[in-house]
Amino acid sequence: MKIYKCISLVALIVVLQTSVFGQDMNALVAKVKAKLDLVNDYEADGKMKTDVAFIKAPLGRVKVYFKKPNKFRLKKEGGISLLPKGGISVNMNSIVGTNDYVAIFSGETVLNNVKVKIVKLLPTNENSDVVLTTMYIDEANLLVKKSTTTTKENGTYDIEMTYGKFANFGLPDKVIFSFNTKDYKLPKGITLEFDDAEKPQTEAQKLKNKKGRVEITYSNYIVNKGINDSVFK
Amino acid sequence: MYKLIQIELYKIFRRPRTYIAFAAVFSLITIIQFGLKMDGKTYADFMMKDLSSSITIEGNILNGYLVCYIMLQLLLVHVPLLIALIAADMISGEANMGTLRIMLTKPISRTQFMLAKFIASSVYTLLLLVWLAILALFVSMYIFGTDDLFLMKSSYVVLLKNGDIFWRYVGAFCFAAVAMLTVAALGFLLSVFAENSIGPIVATMSVIIFFTILSTLNIPIFNAIKPYLFTTHMNDWKEFFDIQVTENNEAIIGSIQKPEKIVNSILVLLLHIVGFVTAAILVFKKKDILS
Amino acid sequence: MQSVIQVSGLTKQFNNFTAVNDLSFSVNKGDVYGFLGQNGAGKSTTIRMLLTLIEPTAGNIELFGMNLKTHRKEILQQVGAVVEKPDVYKYLSAYQNVALFAKLSGITVNRTVIMNQLEMVGLAQRANDTVKTFSQGMKQRLGIAIALVHNPQLIVLDEPTNGLDPQGIADIRNLILRLSREMGKTVVVSSHLLSEIEQVATRLLIIDKGKKLIEGAANELFDPSQTIVELTAVDNNDALLRLQNSQWASNLQPQRQQSILLKLHKHQIPQLHKDLVGLDIAVLSLQPRHSLEDYFLQITSGNQHVQAYTN
Repeated sequence: MKIYKCISLVALIVVLQTSVFGQDMNALVAKVKAKLDLVNDYEADGKMKTDVAFIKAPLGRVKVYFKKPNKFRLKKEGGISLLPKGGISVNMNSIVGTNDYVAIFSGETVLNNVKVKIVKLLPTNENSDVVLTTMYIDEANLLVKKSTTTTKENGTYDIEMTYGKFANFGLPDKVIFSFNTKDYKLPKGITLEFDDAEKPQTEAQKLKNKKGRVEITYSNYIVNKGINDSVFK
Repeated sequence: MYKLIQIELYKIFRRPRTYIAFAAVFSLITIIQFGLKMDGKTYADFMMKDLSSSITIEGNILNGYLVCYIMLQLLLVHVPLLIALIAADMISGEANMGTLRIMLTKPISRTQFMLAKFIASSVYTLLLLVWLAILALFVSMYIFGTDDLFLMKSSYVVLLKNGDIFWRYVGAFCFAAVAMLTVAALGFLLSVFAENSIGPIVATMSVIIFFTILSTLNIPIFNAIKPYLFTTHMNDWKEFFDIQVTENNEAIIGSIQKPEKIVNSILVLLLHIVGFVTAAILVFKKKDILS
Repeated sequence: MQSVIQVSGLTKQFNNFTAVNDLSFSVNKGDVYGFLGQNGAGKSTTIRMLLTLIEPTAGNIELFGMNLKTHRKEILQQVGAVVEKPDVYKYLSAYQNVALFAKLSGITVNRTVIMNQLEMVGLAQRANDTVKTFSQGMKQRLGIAIALVHNPQLIVLDEPTNGLDPQGIADIRNLILRLSREMGKTVVVSSHLLSEIEQVATRLLIIDKGKKLIEGAANELFDPSQTIVELTAVDNNDALLRLQNSQWASNLQPQRQQSILLKLHKHQIPQLHKDLVGLDIAVLSLQPRHSLEDYFLQITSGNQHVQAYTN
């Protein structure tokens, strides 16, 4: 009897602990969301670097616009832009903006010398394109350092953020968006290239070909000054 | 010598046949521009079918710079025939017309005669390329506008910024000029051996086609001779449209991936030009004019 | 006499065929030099060597006292030539053709000079017409205008009357005489049309199979006042024997198979008539032959008969 009482007590404590932690993750995410909610809109200048193995592209100047709740637009200033399919949702607002998720604690780790909590967000809406999002949250500053999102249509992508002057608004100085790419190949008969034979690729090169990155370095955030809806059309 | 060159240019540009090439270039380019203007999006979508499964490309892709690139790819294979029409006719045409013997009874040396003829056919070649440049580049820029140049090579794509493109075209056209002068020099050499124009024209094109096949076949036994064939180097104008990248895979504006390849190709082509023309002069100096 | 052309030991071999064989001759200033030979004798090859169109296999050529190999440019400034059918640029007009070649010859081109040339050959009215509308005769005349535009001292005409009608031929003949007699030019004319050469040539060279047969002053080689008469008798052999034993023996020429040839002055013909009757020769026909044609035929094809006759 005494043993059964001890086991029940331990089980209750564990359940209580779990529910407390569970409630903590939702609360943590809500706090992050609340911080982000301080920003109604922003526009920023940025330099975009496309780092895909089979793409040679120069640095591009971009302009980014955001308006609550989830309007986001990335415009290249003149010229041709190469972006991963599905666009870049390089802002957390689109991820945490809704309430349709369950947040589950998944451990802790250190990212770039900062202790972060790993939180998995499971969408409750079955129609959502997002299947799972894993966020790495700096609890002390309420900043999302990294997130990995798996979608139904556009595969899995990672977003890494580095913060600076606008950390108070949850707006990053630098965002690195990593995604999967398919192999690129065009027949030489079409491109009329008749050069030396290609060297066979190493395994490392083959892997490299399958991953791409877009890196945007922001400057000149203009926050909460109002943005016309026409910008997002 | 200047007087001789003047006379040769006069003869070339008074002859109706000369303008066939200019008309042909005009027609070809106009048709391609018309087609791309009407249905260019379909063509662009088809080319980017594979890439667009993982990358979204936005912007004015089918702009004047890309249209010019497409046309150069197509035309620089066919323009040699138009060059051969005149260059391969320079000596054989005179023999066929019977005017060669009057020309050579005048107080001009055979060497000067040959040099003047080659220089005149070179001027024709360069003018044809200028015409090509005006139509393919400037008119395309006017019709399709300008933007970044998005090029799809066989194993990678290159994006060149708008301001980093025009000088590359200047370089490419200069390179193409040297390539076409090589064709002119070959036609000129073959022209010495015949007394009708068709033979040397057909022979010039046959040599180019044959050498191009050797240049493009990836058979080890031919790889040893490939570097010495002028056709291997004629397409290297494309190297102007490849760019170096940093360690971080960031394209370096204003750079060329393999400048040494361009220099090497130009040297090979120039050597061929000098070789062909020298051989033509040496053969012609000893030739008995029986026509 | 000043020599304009001096050729010695000229030879041209094409693979196994010898077109010109050790040919030597000279042309003096003011000559109308007739260059005679059957088709394929080597006339055109020789002329082309004189004009540097063909490289000799051996031999030496001097024009105006200068070696052709080393002074080609200076020499050709003084030479005007029409080589066989004169081809010009058909897509240009007569005026443009003459102007073009005048420029090449190194003279200052002006309208007066060009039109004078065209006037001289009777093409002034057609100066601005493209040559493709010209007849053969007109093209020939245009070729001559081009050859003369730079006022050369030596004019070389290779078969200048080819394809011309009788009027055209007469025009060329008159032009040659004018060039020589009025303008003091030296003219070399090659032809197989013997009647034309006979009427203009002051000196002759006859070649056959690339070799010189004979060279000399025309009036020394044949006397225009003399003629060759052709006698056909009922019995030619008997008639020949009788003539060999008569005063007419020295007039006998290398005979043809079906007739007997006698060379005599025209005024001797009536006496010959009488003597034939006196010699009891039954005459079928007695006809005068063309003097130079006969001489030429003698020389080029009748050599073996000459040998047989002179025994």
